[in-house]
Parts: sequence; structure tokens; C-alpha cells
Amino acid sequence: MKDVIIRPYGDTSNDGKMQFSFTLPVSADEYGLEAARLLLKQIGLEDIEVCGMRDMNEGFTHFIAYAVTDKGVDPKDIKVKVVDTPVMDMEATDAYIKEHLGRQITVVGACIESDAHTVGIDAIMNMKGYSGRFGLERYKGFVAINMGAQVLSEDLLNKAREVNADAILVSQVVTQKNIHVKNLTRLIELAEAERLRDKMLFICGGPRISHELAIELGYDAGFGKGSYATDVGSYIAITLAARQNR
Amino acid sequence: MLKLDLNPDLVLRARNAAKSITGSFSWLFEGYSSVTIERTVLRMMGLDGALPDDKPLPNVVVDHLQEKKALDQGAAIRLANAMLVKKMDAEQVARAIAEDNLDIAALEMASMDEIHALLDELSDKMLAHIRSQKAKREEFFGKYGPRRVPAIYVIVATGNIYEDAVQAKAAAAEGADIIAVIRSTAQSLLDYVPYGATTVGFGGTYATQENFKIMRAALDEVSEKEQRYISLTNYASGLCMPEISLMGAIERLDLMLNDAMYGILFRDINPRRTLLDQHFSRMINAYAGIEIQTGEDNYLTTSDAVEKAYTVTASQLLNEQFALLSGVKPEKMGLGHAYEVDPELENSFSYELSHALLTRTLFPDAPVKYMPPTKFASGNIFKTHLMDAMFNFVGQLTHQGVQLLGMMTEAIHTPHLADRSLAIENAKYIFKAVKDLDKSLMLAPDSFINKRANRVLAEACEFLERVEKEGMFESMARGDFADIKRPDSGGKGLNGVFARHEDYYNPFRNKMKKELGI
Repeated sequence: MKDVIIRPYGDTSNDGKMQFSFTLPVSADEYGLEAARLLLKQIGLEDIEVCGMRDMNEGFTHFIAYAVTDKGVDPKDIKVKVVDTPVMDMEATDAYIKEHLGRQITVVGACIESDAHTVGIDAIMNMKGYSGRFGLERYKGFVAINMGAQVLSEDLLNKAREVNADAILVSQVVTQKNIHVKNLTRLIELAEAERLRDKMLFICGGPRISHELAIELGYDAGFGKGSYATDVGSYIAITLAARQNR
Repeated sequence: MLKLDLNPDLVLRARNAAKSITGSFSWLFEGYSSVTIERTVLRMMGLDGALPDDKPLPNVVVDHLQEKKALDQGAAIRLANAMLVKKMDAEQVARAIAEDNLDIAALEMASMDEIHALLDELSDKMLAHIRSQKAKREEFFGKYGPRRVPAIYVIVATGNIYEDAVQAKAAAAEGADIIAVIRSTAQSLLDYVPYGATTVGFGGTYATQENFKIMRAALDEVSEKEQRYISLTNYASGLCMPEISLMGAIERLDLMLNDAMYGILFRDINPRRTLLDQHFSRMINAYAGIEIQTGEDNYLTTSDAVEKAYTVTASQLLNEQFALLSGVKPEKMGLGHAYEVDPELENSFSYELSHALLTRTLFPDAPVKYMPPTKFASGNIFKTHLMDAMFNFVGQLTHQGVQLLGMMTEAIHTPHLADRSLAIENAKYIFKAVKDLDKSLMLAPDSFINKRANRVLAEACEFLERVEKEGMFESMARGDFADIKRPDSGGKGLNGVFARHEDYYNPFRNKMKKELGI
């Protein structure tokens, strides 16, 4: 089965049927309908059926459509680099830390340099957490220090040294002109110059960060969209325990 | 008639406890002021604008007075005196201070009669403007008819106020009654209000007076077209609650998120600072006829909605009593709650119905604000859309005041145009389908829903009586609220709180208090 090309499945094998929902700045009439159809055609789709058209006022129309693609994915092309430690919930992580480390883990986090958007770091670190998953501040096994936004790399490293941190968490939300890559690189270079790089885990996160990018930039791990404190907390606990036993 | 059978003794006890807790803060409300309260006073005197480095002029003056240790009598007297002695207007005074050409703490003093006369003139002018905006709102509602119940509340959040205006108009045309312009996440911890229009905000725009004005104008336009008054709301929370409330009052916002304790618990703002600021902030809202809304939904996004349901009730009762102290009428109290019970729980809908009825029954005159599922909203937009439908069902069945519509893409991004449109379609369909269903239904006396509501109320009552005994600041410091420890000496903004001098003077506060009868 491994070498079978992967194609969308509507109601029969390989029928290539896909569902679409999108908005165009057009009127909800024959003209708009044709615009929607032509757009799907340009994407390379066939058997286009625009089944829903909703007038949303102010000159916008919402379209719902089905169409067929002849494209498929070769399983050989699928390569994923992911954080592969198992994910535990808060209680399990706390129990794991107690059993394997027997002490609290200190984590220092910040949005560094120009980035003022704490939503990511807050979701992972603050008590409240995100989407029903509490942040690290709530864990018994973690001492979580969230330095907030626009923290200079130097200040973050100083703080990490001062509290003898086990891990540094960096959030980068803004990615205009690849500013996130520049900021993340600066932090790692400073950490290396100050001989801190190997003393703690360096972890970055943000909606446009992948584990692959993080590794490439010299970090231990990266967490992208859809990551929660459970992912980050489990990773830190398991990795530190493994390093301790090494 | 769908009606809860609540134990009246519990209702009375819980409310009395909340009243006693909030009543114990007169030492704070009458003895202290804060930098943002003083900046609000300066704004009320007509001071606005910012320096080229974006520092707002009210901050220039208040920082100057704080630095000169001359703030304890209030900023009003100092600015009025400078205007009289230097024969300058408020803005000229502020700019002269910024250029280091003027020390208004070291000026000779004009006569107090002259100072009071000027302050009377300025405060009468501002308060008259606020009253005229209130009258205009009432006139619109009179002309177009009252807001629907539940009102359809949606957010816009493009980060560009001009684009927000286009989306808001589209939403209003589709049926939205209230438009909230999402505020940039970073604003709560800014100890100033940014100046001017936002065109490149991230995750929202700043709450600025100019943004308020732009959006209000767009909604007035669509109100006339739709022959329905479309309300506008924003967020008076964080370190600048009264300043933002004032801007809303000036520009005719109709609602304002204005929780008494949210900043303390969820933004780590100092408890004294928050309570002090909310007191004045709500006074402005009360004066302007702005409906306040509270953020009890936040308790449930950090905790289990069944286990901690009582925290919502307790917070609603505290918010109610704090609001009364600021002169807010019950019909302007949009107390909050949320549909956040785990959908995997059997009978989750019965829990939700019970909780929703409890809020409605405890606060029969309040346009309570009902928040949608967010915690269990996922990338599965189809499931979320269905949960939103159940939420809308409860909203109509229990006649919530304001239904903050859930978006099926809640867990993914700020709503796309089509997400919002589908949410409105969902709500309108359900509201119509079950419009009068509650009139045909009754709860069995010993039903789960009745028992559950009484249990939540009993837990809230017990909690409030404990807080009453131990003191609210002590309870907060211990982490009794939302499991977050917030000591009275901690959090941001405490250095902006100061004890008032016996000659402290705030003409706006005095006049509003008198007119509000508090």
C-alpha cells in the first residue's frame, strides 16, 4: 500500500472529490457564481459544482463548492520532522517530574526583541493556558517565569542564568520580513557566546514555527500552531529526565 | 413558563454577603486616586493629543505632577491653575511641560474661586456633551425600536479600523445588533491610551478615541440604512479603565466590557489599582448610559465549568454590587457567563440550561451577556458550529440579554467574513425556531435542573460568606478566586495609586456622583 498515490476520497476510491468554502468580493448572482467557478478552474479542478451561494452584504458572497482534483500525493515524498516525545496531561507530567527528577523544573519564557505579542507565550506559560489546557504556571512540577513581551535577548539570558533555568521558551508571533528568524538567531548566537547554549533547553514557538525550522536555527525543539502547554511541558520533562540519566 | 425554583433564602444570603464585601472598600474609593483617574480628569477638561514620540498629553501632565510630588490634590486644580496663570489652553500647557519650559507644580496659585469657576465651566461642558450622546442613543432606540433579545453580538478583528468598519457594516446588514471591535492583546498592560487610528494592529486594534469615532460613524450609517440601531462596544479593561470609558462616553459607545476584578485575576494588575479604577470607570459608564459587561466567562476557560460554576455566580454578585456603588442601574449590567461545559459530559445541555437559568433568575433586569463555547471548540469547525447551535438554543430559551455568537473557527483564527455570516445565520434560525418555546415548558420541581441551580447558588453563597469573613484581598492573596494568587501588594500599576490630600478635588466625580445619586 505504501507506494499507492494518495488521492481525496468522496464516496468512492480515488474519486478526487474535495469540498470548498470561500468568500469573494462579488455579487451573489450568475456573475458571482461564474467568478467562483473560474477560480476553482484556475486552481486546476474539474467537475466543479458550486452548490451554495450566500449573499453576505457589502458586496461579499460566500460560496460552497465541490470539485474534483486529479492530483495525488506520493507517500515517498512525505517527510515529517516532529517532536516525538509522548504528550502527557498536566497531572501525568507533574507525576513524571516528581518520579524522574524529584524537583521542580524552572522555565523562563519571553517574546523577544521587537515582538510585542504575548498571546503565544501566555497560552503556554500563564495559569489560564489555552483551549482548556492550563499553562505551565499551573503545574506543580514547573516554576514558570514569563517575562512578557519585547524582552531583549540579553535580559532573557541574564534571567535564565540568575534563576538557573532548565529551559528557555521563546515566542515569535510576528513573521513579517522573516523578523522571527533574525530574532531567534540572535538569541542563539548570544547564548553560545555566553556559554549558556548547552546548559539549558532552548525551545521556540509561534504560529509559523515548525520543529524543523527550530532545529535548523540551533534550538532543541520548536512548537507550531496547535501546540499546548501539555506538548511543551511533556517534552521538557521527558527530555530533561533523559539527559539526567545519560 | 420555564422558571427555576430557587431557594429565596440563599439568594438573599448570597447577595448580602456580596454587598458587605464590596461595601468594605469605601476607604479605597474615598481615600485614593490613580494616575489613570487623573488622566481621565484631564481628558474631561479637554486635553487630548500626543507628542511626536506617541506619548499622550494626559500622560505628560500626570507624569510631570507625579514626578514633582504634586498629584495628591488631583490633576484638575494644577492644570486649571496653569491655564489661568499662563493664559494657555490645556494642550499648550501640556506641550510646554513636554518641552521642559514649564513646571506647573511651581507656579503661583490663582484664587481658588477662579480655579473653581474654570473647572465648573469645563466640567459642565464635558458632562453636557456626554449627556447629549446619551440622549442621541435614546433617540435612536426610540426611533428604530429596542434592541432584540437576545441581541446578536459579533466581533470584528482585522487590525485595521477601516476594514473593521466594512466588516461591521456587512455583519449589521446580516442581523448583528452589537459590534465589538477586538482590542489588541497588548493594550491591557499599557499605562496610557494610544492616540489615533489603527491600521496595522495585530489581533485587533487599539481602543483609541479616533477608532471609536470611525466605527461609530460607520454604524450610524448602517443603522439608518437598516432602520435598526446598531450598538458598538469595546473594552474598558487593563490599566486605563476610566480613560477608555470616557472615550466611549464621548464617542457614544453603547456597551463596554468593564469587569471589576478581571484585571486582577487574569492580567495580574494590582488589586487596589483595579478596584479603584473600575469604580470611577463605571461611574462614567453609568453617567453616559453605557451598558457594562463583565467577564465571568474567564473563570470557566481556566477551570472546569461544572466544578467551578459557583465562581461565576459569586463574581456576578460581586460585579453587581460594585456596579451599584458606581451608580450603574441593573438594566445596564451585562453580567457575564458562558456555555463551557465539556460536551463529552452526559447531559451537558441540562447543566448549561440550569446555569443559564440561574443567571437569568438571579438578575432578572440585567441584559446578561452569554458567552459561547470556546474551550472545547476545536479545528473541527463542523462540530463547533453544532455546539454553537446548542448554545443559541439555550440563549433563546432562557432569553439572555446579549448572545455573543460563537464562531465555528473559534479555535483557529479571528473570524473570516463567512464565519461571522454563518454564525449569524445559525443564531437567527435557532432564535426564530424556538422563539416562544419556553412559554410551553415547565421544570419538574425536583428536576435535575432545579437541583443543580440551587446547588451552584449554595456553593456561591458559601464562598461569598467565607470571603466576607476573611476579607476580599486576603482571599485573593490566597488564591481563592480562580485559583490564582493575587496579593494586595503585587501586580502591575500599584505605583500609580496614591492617597488623596484632604484638598483633593475632582469636579467630574463630584458632579457625576451627585447626578447619579450615589
